[in-house]
Amino acid sequence: MTTATASTKTTAKGATGSGACITAVTSGKGGVGKTFVTANLAAALARQGERVLVLDADLGLANLDVVLNLYPKLTLHDVFTGQTRLEDAILPAPGGFSVLLAGSGMIEYSRLTPTVRDQLHDVIQQVRPRFDRVLLDTGAGISDVVLYTVSLADEVLIVATPEPTSLTDAYATIKVLATTQPRRLIRLLVNQVQRVGEGRAIRKQLQLVVDRFVNSGLDQPVMIELLGEVPLDPSVRESVLKRELLFVRAPGCPAAIGIAAAATKHIAG
Amino acid sequence: MEPSESATPHPRPQGAVGDARQQGAGGDVRPQGAGDVRPQGTDGARLNFDVALQLLEQSGHGPLPGEPGSDAWLQAVIDALVDVSSRDALTGLANRRSFELSLSREIDRVARSGEPALLLALDIDHFKRVNDTHGHAAGDQVIRAVGRVLAETVRPMDLVARVGGEEFAIVLPNCPAAFGSQVAERIRTRVAHQAVEIAPGERLKATVSVGGAFAPQWVRTTARLWMDRADLQLYRAKSEGRNRCCLEPAAVSLVSAEEKGLLFASSSFQDLI
Repeated sequence: MTTATASTKTTAKGATGSGACITAVTSGKGGVGKTFVTANLAAALARQGERVLVLDADLGLANLDVVLNLYPKLTLHDVFTGQTRLEDAILPAPGGFSVLLAGSGMIEYSRLTPTVRDQLHDVIQQVRPRFDRVLLDTGAGISDVVLYTVSLADEVLIVATPEPTSLTDAYATIKVLATTQPRRLIRLLVNQVQRVGEGRAIRKQLQLVVDRFVNSGLDQPVMIELLGEVPLDPSVRESVLKRELLFVRAPGCPAAIGIAAAATKHIAG
Repeated sequence: MEPSESATPHPRPQGAVGDARQQGAGGDVRPQGAGDVRPQGTDGARLNFDVALQLLEQSGHGPLPGEPGSDAWLQAVIDALVDVSSRDALTGLANRRSFELSLSREIDRVARSGEPALLLALDIDHFKRVNDTHGHAAGDQVIRAVGRVLAETVRPMDLVARVGGEEFAIVLPNCPAAFGSQVAERIRTRVAHQAVEIAPGERLKATVSVGGAFAPQWVRTTARLWMDRADLQLYRAKSEGRNRCCLEPAAVSLVSAEEKGLLFASSSFQDLI
């Protein structure tokens, strides 16, 4: 909704001279593995030599700390309230990347206010020159904070699963983004696929519905690009329960290979 | 030209009591001794109601119920003061203060009920020209007339406010996207068609520019940011030539049965490979 300070870049060809490529990771529906994918995608990118920061933009219901098993003293909350400098709140995560966690006490920021808007904008501008890739782990669902966070990013990645409810919500998110933001390229990662090629089929079907019901009303059509598919893999559940990154615990498992392939494609742009 | 009596935006200072009495509803608000009473539960302290009662009298309030100093009377004084401080003196519409409060409540209501609401920001076109050419009294007449048209054109559940000099705002609860552009256009044409009599036999036509922004079901924002969005559209309407409506495209997150039908058209996605 709020596009006043949004970047109007529709494509991102990786890190440029102006600093990191900022990717907002979002999902229409909760529980599709968005945070899991974000953390492991960051680890996969770091393995390929990128300087990566994951910024926990799920203000209000953050759980990146749980996924990473990190409970820092200094968080985004302290940065927002001016109690610490930004660089002191950026921490190394187990996967070889950096994190800036939201921390508790962020529930008050789940509503988009002028303060949240300005703080989020400033933090993102400040981290941009220091990294090659910044992943913004947004909240699930559609809200003003999520849409605003997405508007600050150079590109958006939607995580979905093949479940009908997840696909419906992913489609609703695409629809809202198409009408409220100038962005015309939306990337998709399909998590928990049962067969090879399921992600490709889902992308095709989503594009078909978008062409019929969304693009017909737009000057420039919205294109959905498949970043990758991650197979349903028992190692994922194990790593989540042990609260370790997949890339630390089972780097050779099918899901890790799927995420690594998505990372390679992400760097290629 | 002298500014008209009713244009005074603020209550008069104490010195102007004489005038205020003449305007009031015959002094009923202030029976003998009501200005200086000792209400129950105040440790016997005497409280001065004089200025408050003058203000109510000047605003045209009728008699207050109950014995001066009684609980019922105190409550009536408070209610009347709340009413006065919520209204714009010139038009009788909601003022900016009470409007922003209503907007915040509306945001919460939308988030709970899921019914989208529309906020319209309106501004009288070339108002300065009216003031400069015909005087402030004529300007006041135009503001009053536009305010009246707005109030008559919307539904009873909608709230119309005067939020600035020649600026108005309307919040329309439960307003689907398709209805929004219709109602904005209806308001604009109704204003344009009404001639305002600024002096006997002298009529003026006024137009308004209208900007609008929806609060959809997933709204989690503040009244200020919602107003900013509507103002941005109003600015667009002004720069595109005035006397027109610009609404922010409504972000529809609802997925129709037809869309779902196509989304799940294939019984199994594996078939598509």
